[in-house]
Amino acid sequence: MPRAEMVHWWFAGGFLMLTLIAVARLVVGEEVWVMRPWRRYLLPGLMFLMGVLLWPVMTFYTNSTIHMIAHGSWAQVLMLAGGAELGLASGKLHARWWRLCTAFAMLVSGGAFIVHEQQHWLFSRAAFLHHTLGWTLLLGAVFPILQAFRPRSLTAALGFASVLLLIAVQLFADRDTAAIFGHLSQYAGAPHR
Amino acid sequence: MSAEIAHPLRERAHAEARSLRVRVVLALGPLAMVAGFAWALAQPYRITLLHPFGEGFWWLVGGESPLYVVLAGLVFWRVVAIPLSEDLQR
Repeated sequence: MPRAEMVHWWFAGGFLMLTLIAVARLVVGEEVWVMRPWRRYLLPGLMFLMGVLLWPVMTFYTNSTIHMIAHGSWAQVLMLAGGAELGLASGKLHARWWRLCTAFAMLVSGGAFIVHEQQHWLFSRAAFLHHTLGWTLLLGAVFPILQAFRPRSLTAALGFASVLLLIAVQLFADRDTAAIFGHLSQYAGAPHR
Repeated sequence: MSAEIAHPLRERAHAEARSLRVRVVLALGPLAMVAGFAWALAQPYRITLLHPFGEGFWWLVGGESPLYVVLAGLVFWRVVAIPLSEDLQR
């Protein structure tokens, strides 16, 4: 079975794609972005797919109950956010308040990151990144909330894309057992490479 | 100001803004690819394909994190950026 850090890198690749798509949409504007119908489903579709792919992660990475609950909750809220955005993109949902599903997903995910990390910040790099990812998501949720109230806000869209990029960078930096700022707990185990 | 002068000026400003957007969109993918390449140069041990002996299947297939950045940039550039730039130039 692949190591946990590899799964983090795969999802980091997904978040990097989300970032590039969000930035491109921001640069060209909504009018040009929707000129090809498939493009409007790109970002929400990828979000939904990443939610679906979190289910095997929940199923196979059963190192603790709290990990299973955290992975399961991410799968559910990412699918909810992706589904709501897909509904809005297809025109089946109309109320802009559905955009709050993304903020809800970020709040739940951030909370799950912080709650399921049992170790302190400087225990290892993975522990540190779980804390920073949690806070990035919790604080970053302000941008989709802002987007629900002001859909055309440049700041909100740029902030949301920046949060996606930060998540990607942090997930890429994750290692199962590695030092963080020179700290590595003796209980963390031996680094792989 | 005469409308005959203002219209071409406005059109030129629109064309310049459009051209800048095309350049930014087309630069995003290569930028990601360059970032992935720079990461691979900075941490070559991250690419297990460069020293594959003794590595398991998952390290060889799933452990190439800098290459994922290059791949994301490449896929984005080919699938999203190029059609988007064509739409912008219409």
